[in-house]
Amino acid sequence: MKVVLSVNGADHHIDVEPRLTLLDALRDALRLTGAHAGCEHGVCGACTVLIDGRPARACLMFAAQADGLSITTIEGLASVPGELSLLQDAFCETHAMQCGYCTPGMILSAHALLREDPAPSREKIIDAISGNICRCTGYGQIVEAIELAARRLAGANQKEGAA
Amino acid sequence: MKAASFEYSRPETVEEACWQLSRDDDARLIAGGQTLVPMMAMRLARPTRLIDIGRIPALSFIREEDGAQLVIGAMTRQADAEREPSIAAAAPLLARALPWVGHAATRSRGTIGGSIANADPAAEIPLALATLGGSVIARTERETLIIAVEDFFLGPMTTALPPTAVLIEARFPIWGQRRIGAAFLEISARAGDFAYVSAAAQVALDDDGRCLACTVGIGGATPVPRRLAAVAALVGSAISESRARDAAAAEIAGIEIMTDPHASTAYRRRVAITLAARAILAARDEAMTNEARR
Repeated sequence: MKVVLSVNGADHHIDVEPRLTLLDALRDALRLTGAHAGCEHGVCGACTVLIDGRPARACLMFAAQADGLSITTIEGLASVPGELSLLQDAFCETHAMQCGYCTPGMILSAHALLREDPAPSREKIIDAISGNICRCTGYGQIVEAIELAARRLAGANQKEGAA
Repeated sequence: MKAASFEYSRPETVEEACWQLSRDDDARLIAGGQTLVPMMAMRLARPTRLIDIGRIPALSFIREEDGAQLVIGAMTRQADAEREPSIAAAAPLLARALPWVGHAATRSRGTIGGSIANADPAAEIPLALATLGGSVIARTERETLIIAVEDFFLGPMTTALPPTAVLIEARFPIWGQRRIGAAFLEISARAGDFAYVSAAAQVALDDDGRCLACTVGIGGATPVPRRLAAVAALVGSAISESRARDAAAAEIAGIEIMTDPHASTAYRRRVAITLAARAILAARDEAMTNEARR
């Protein structure tokens, strides 16, 4: 069946089998491999993308269900190619990734959090990334990165959602 | 691709969804898909057709009826309900339960009706519905069904919903008292995981701190979310710690409690009593500080 996947602002008309997950469509049909395939049954959070601005598991949706919805992947966060978003930059700076497998999902979950609450408490940050499993860092530096990004967001006096 | 092949359709009305559902015994509705899709990925579910009710506008709403019922459309996303400020005033217990449902990323897609129809014993929304003594409305091609929550949950993942029915809405009673408090507590291995035991309570007090109404339910430990009838004994006087615990223990001591490799029956029973008592007391304390919620 034909669907339109609207990813990072661009519409892609593709033909999919109904059983193709959004994750597989992003990775295989659109070659956007930033959404990672981890457990593929909704536990690990590595495949997190934003659907209409909210974090969602791309492995728990069929591409057919995403027809016409606005999808943001990690590839769509930076303002210009080659640049980093404020959160991506903060992740580099605090060494919030080791193997990097969970990182896109972590950053997108954090991105959605900061858009809703630009100055979240530590507790809220931990809750926001509680659905994303990291097996390397022990989470400390990830929480630090999100706190750093939130501080910079406040300091930059930007409009809400400019993370 | 992990799921077995299926046909996909996306009806725009409830009538169309009912019609499609009645045509194929092995068709399944998909709402948020946060349980069904993993089941399909593991091939524990192999529907021949998925009927996606995600774009039926008539199934997504939150409204109050005559100040007596909070009515939530089955397709309302958990994340939308979580952000709806009127729920905290109308059904404080539900507002307390929602943040415990899965994780932010599953609440974005998961729905109120999907969680109720799925009837997982550890699920928070069914427990809130059972504790408040709500009801659901479902529709088949031929009739509209109104089912009280006591008659709805039959066992783990089993409800009284006919296979050809579409869940339309869930109805949560609104309490009229001025001083109402609510609490929701849960024990699980990790935040967001399935609860071993959960407890929910809503309490109304008069101006002197006497209990006007009290409802408590436990989930996770029992095959279906269970409202504790024994706490009716708390109505009429102030709720003390020992009375709360005695009321919870009196009932939980004698009921069937589930077991699995993670948590034994004895452990779950002990935790259920403690959590139920704590939930009552936390709801009482909140009611004390709430002069007028509404």
